[in-house]
Amino acid sequence: MAIPRVVGASRHSAVPKRAGVGLKPEHYRTILETQPDLGFFEVHAENYMGAGGPPHRYLTRIRETYPLSLHGVGLSIGGTDRLDKDHLKRLAGLLARYEPGLFSEHLAWSTHDTAYYDDLLPVPYTEETLSCVVAHIDEVQTSLGRQMLLENPSTYFAFAESTWPETDFIAEVALRSGCGLLLDVNNVQVASTNQNWNPVAYIDAFPLRHVQEIHLGGHTPETDEKNRPLLIDTHDRPVHADVWALFAYAIGKLGPVPTLIEWDSKLPDWAELAAEAARAEAVMTAPAQPVRELHHARAV
Amino acid sequence: MPGLSERLAGFSAALLNPVAATPPGLVGPDGQPSPRRFAVYRNNVVVGLTEALKANFPAVARIVGDPFFLAMARDFAASSPPVSPVLLGYGGGFPDFITGFAPAAHLPYLADVARLETAWLEAYHAQEAESLGPEALANVAPDEASRVVLDLHPSLRLVRSPYPVVTIWAMNTGLKEVGPVDFDGAGEDAFVLRPQAEVIVRSLPHGAYDFIAALAQGRPLGDAMAAALTAAPEFDLAANIRQLISGGAIIRVRLCGEPEPVPAKDLP
Repeated sequence: MAIPRVVGASRHSAVPKRAGVGLKPEHYRTILETQPDLGFFEVHAENYMGAGGPPHRYLTRIRETYPLSLHGVGLSIGGTDRLDKDHLKRLAGLLARYEPGLFSEHLAWSTHDTAYYDDLLPVPYTEETLSCVVAHIDEVQTSLGRQMLLENPSTYFAFAESTWPETDFIAEVALRSGCGLLLDVNNVQVASTNQNWNPVAYIDAFPLRHVQEIHLGGHTPETDEKNRPLLIDTHDRPVHADVWALFAYAIGKLGPVPTLIEWDSKLPDWAELAAEAARAEAVMTAPAQPVRELHHARAV
Repeated sequence: MPGLSERLAGFSAALLNPVAATPPGLVGPDGQPSPRRFAVYRNNVVVGLTEALKANFPAVARIVGDPFFLAMARDFAASSPPVSPVLLGYGGGFPDFITGFAPAAHLPYLADVARLETAWLEAYHAQEAESLGPEALANVAPDEASRVVLDLHPSLRLVRSPYPVVTIWAMNTGLKEVGPVDFDGAGEDAFVLRPQAEVIVRSLPHGAYDFIAALAQGRPLGDAMAAALTAAPEFDLAANIRQLISGGAIIRVRLCGEPEPVPAKDLP
């Protein structure tokens, strides 16, 4: 007779409407030793797709205490290749093993003709892309048996053939596929600056009712060949003041949302990362939005 | 206007080729083409793949230095981009690429260091298994000993080199103080295992490589011993078995002809 598996309370815990951080191997020990007060951790799914080894040992222990969000970077939902069935199986394995409260992927492509480019590449916003993305999300949600969240991209240029505004395109994808959305506020700032959009208007036009998670991260200011501002989505530094202001504006409209600090290279020590999360949490528990911060965001 | 498939094909072709023209129709806020903006993606892809290789081959990178490594890694990535979004094992073909990489010809041991790093990485991410303790062979009857098959830990890897590869690797991973290396002496056979959380790398005595390689092929102890003695008449069977057991390399003992149990499926 099969013995029913005893499920502890933490296994079912949804990701709370608090701040979390991206889990990095450099911080494993500090987290286990100090058990910081944090809403959740998020991991890149692909970093935990080995058969065994230390990454699984640490994640298993951390998952015993914290809610988890699983963030995929490799499905290539925006690509024209068929989705990688083996990759979907690996994702299903991770979902079964770690029971994350949230699972997200990107409005981007990273694989073409079997070559994987290890970057989140942009898509033109056309009817053809829309059908392709919706069909892929449908396949993901059907094969994994759960809803996924789709993240808005950081982009550096526009495709001449695009016929949809990005926010309308994403709203239509959510409507047709039934996916939830991950609003990356830094990506809004980066894309809006690079495309000369108004980031506040972007948030206003975004289908906020589908948003179940927010990302915040650092970007690097550069310029293009015509000396126009070009922000690069680097995740290698603190969240910029403009992004904090835009986040506060979004939270003012949304209320608290699980919010992740993404810091993926040039990692800070744990205290600095935790301070960023504390700041995000402070924004979510603060009373109504001060107007001057709005002006700050609009000034971009 | 191109269709999506054609668009992504043109985009892809220009990503890993630094001299390819920027695909048309990728425009800045004024609607005009902006090669600088496309270069951001090109740079991201090259940096992403070369950094992934550097993370997987830290000793090779330390030996040749960053500029050389990144140039070599860029050449490799352009000809062998990953075929999976799981980059944990990216670079399986890197050692062979290094063998044929003319600018590294003056470092003939470099490819073997890369092979050892590949073995380390495979061991690090290998499936978990429980090792047998000191009593592993307690129940083997003496007349059955030669027919015994020792199933080895799934993380076990061997690397044979005509160069002192373990010494060079250890000096370039901070495990051993950097000092003179004797290139005129014998090469080293590397034994790589992760019985618990830590990957163990050590240099094997003569005959041990042949012995363990035979065991890894599922050949019985008698055969493995014969292979070892052919390679090294001084091979000490008892000491080598003790070393394997105490290191956690043996996960099952069975008699030749008994089927290997189907391993439990490891997730994911």
